[in-house]
Amino acid sequence: MSATAAPTGTNRLARPTRMGPRTETTLRIVAPIAVGLIVLGTWQFLVSVVGVSDYLLPSPASIIEEFIAYWPSIAQAMLITGTNALLGLLVGSILGILVAAVAARWRPIDQMSAPVVASLAVIPIVALAPVLNSMFGADSQFGRQAIAALASFVPVFINTLRGFRQTAPVHRDLMRASAASSGQVLRTLTLPTARPFILTGIRIASSLAVISALVAEYFGGPRGGLGGLISTSAASSAYARAWAYVLASIALGLLFYLATLALDRLLERRPRERRRT
Amino acid sequence: MRDGSGFRDGAGAPPQPASGAVSAVEVRGVDKVFETRTGQVQALDAIDLTVAAGEFVSLIGPSGCGKSTLMRLIADLDDPSSGTLTVFGKTARHARLDQEYGIAFQSAGLLPWRTVAGNVALPLELHGAPSAARSARVAELLDMVGLTDFADRYPDQLSGGMQQRVAIARSLAEQPRLLLMDEPFGALDEMTREKMQSDLVRISAETGAAVVFVTHSIPEAVFLSDRVVVMSPRPGRIREIVPMRLGADAKRAARTDELREERAFFDMVTAVREALHGGAPVGTGPRGMETR
Repeated sequence: MSATAAPTGTNRLARPTRMGPRTETTLRIVAPIAVGLIVLGTWQFLVSVVGVSDYLLPSPASIIEEFIAYWPSIAQAMLITGTNALLGLLVGSILGILVAAVAARWRPIDQMSAPVVASLAVIPIVALAPVLNSMFGADSQFGRQAIAALASFVPVFINTLRGFRQTAPVHRDLMRASAASSGQVLRTLTLPTARPFILTGIRIASSLAVISALVAEYFGGPRGGLGGLISTSAASSAYARAWAYVLASIALGLLFYLATLALDRLLERRPRERRRT
Repeated sequence: MRDGSGFRDGAGAPPQPASGAVSAVEVRGVDKVFETRTGQVQALDAIDLTVAAGEFVSLIGPSGCGKSTLMRLIADLDDPSSGTLTVFGKTARHARLDQEYGIAFQSAGLLPWRTVAGNVALPLELHGAPSAARSARVAELLDMVGLTDFADRYPDQLSGGMQQRVAIARSLAEQPRLLLMDEPFGALDEMTREKMQSDLVRISAETGAAVVFVTHSIPEAVFLSDRVVVMSPRPGRIREIVPMRLGADAKRAARTDELREERAFFDMVTAVREALHGGAPVGTGPRGMETR
C-alpha cells in the first residue's frame, strides 16, 4: 500500500541526487500523499467522466459527502466498535503475556497449552460470533469483546512465549554467577529481552482486534457499531454511505495500529539518534 | 552477605576471618560426567588443583579437554559428579552466593539495552548497593579499564576489545578475590589481545585477586600466569602443571611487553608446548620440535 510504496520511491530518487535528510523526510511524507491523490483522481475520473454507474462504485466525492452528513452517527459507531476492540485488545494482550510467562516457566503447561492455542488460532470469527451473541443476549457487547480478546490473545501469546525463550545462555550464566534472584532475572533479563517480541505481538493484535470486533457485528447483537452499519447501509442500497463507514473502519484500524506503534517507540528507551553516532 | 559498598584495599586484610591462609580454589578428585543421548561423556576425570590466593593460573588444552567445564564447576554454574570443590574454604555454591568471584566469558555478554555504565553497575544493582556508592564504583572501574569517555555508549557502538574491557570491569565490580575468565580474549585480534593481556596483568596486580584463566593460546598463558595447567582431552585430565619461571624475581609487575621477546619467555612457551603435545617431561631438551 502507500506505506510500502514510499521508501522505495525515496530511495530511487535519493540515489542520483544525494538529497539532504530534510528533503528526504519531506519526500517520505509527500510520496504516499501523492500516490493517494492519484488513486483518488483516477477513481473520480472513472466515475464522473468514464461513467461507471454509481451503485457499482460510488465516487470519492459522494463518499466524502456521506461521511460529513453522517458524521455524528459515524463517530458514535467508531466509539462503540473502538471500545469493544480496545477492551478485547487489552484483555487479550494481558492474558497472552501472563499465560506465556507461565508456559515459559513450566514446561508441562507449555505442552498443555500448545494444542489449545493452536485451536484458538484457527477459530473462525464467523462461526463463533452467532454462538456468543446468543449466549450473552442480543443487547450485550460482551460477545464481541470476547471475540476481539480471543483474536488478540493468539499473536501476543505466541510472540511473548518466543520472546521469553530468547535469553542468551551467557546472560543466564551471568545472572546465576551474580546470584540474582528469579524476580531479578525476570526484571533485568527476561522481560527486556522479550520486550520487542511482546510489542510486535501487540501490534499484530491491534489490527486483529479491530477487524474481529467489526466482523462480529455482522452476526446480530446490539446495533450501532461500524460493522452493523456497513451491512445495514449496503442492504438498503446506500452504497456511498456504506463506503463512508468502511472509510471510518479503516481510520479506526489505523488509529489502533499507530497507537501501538507509538507505544513501541515510547518503550524503546534507547533514543534512536544515538545509534548513528 | 556483603553490602557491596565497602571497598577492599588490594591484598590487605580480607573481611572474612582466617581467609589469609585459605587457598582461593581447592579442587579434590573432581569428576564430571555429562549424560547425553548417545551415552555418558566423561568431561573431567580425577581433577586435583589448588589455586593460592592472589595466584594467576591458566588452564590450557585442546578443545574438549574440559577446561571450560572445570571453570564452570568452580563458578558453580554446573555441579561436579563427584569430588569436592571449595572456593576460599566455602562450597562453590556458598562462594557464588557470597559473590566471592567475578566472571568474564568468551563473548562479553553485555546487555545490549544497557549503557556501558549500566552494564558495569549490573552486579552492584543486583546486590542492592546504594546508588551513590554504585556510581562512584562504576566511575572507578571505567577508569581502570580506560573507558570513562564511553560510559553512556551502548555495547553495539563499541569494538570487540572495548566490550571485553567492559565485561572485565563488570567482573571486578564487587572487588572479588577470585576472577574466573573463560577465553575472554579468544575473539580478539592479535594486537588488541596483547594490549588486553598487559591491561589484565596491571589490573590483577592492582586488585590482588587470584585469577583462573582459560585459554587456547600458549604465549598468552605463559605471559599472564604464575602456573600453567596443561590438560588433555577425553577424558579431561590434568596432564601437567608447569610453573612459569620468568626472570629472576618472577614478579607479575615485571611482565611488560619486553618480556615477550626474552629468551626465558620462549623457553616457557616451549615447555608448555611439550607438555601439551607429547606429555614429555619439561627440560629434557629440544625434543618438542619433532611434534609439529
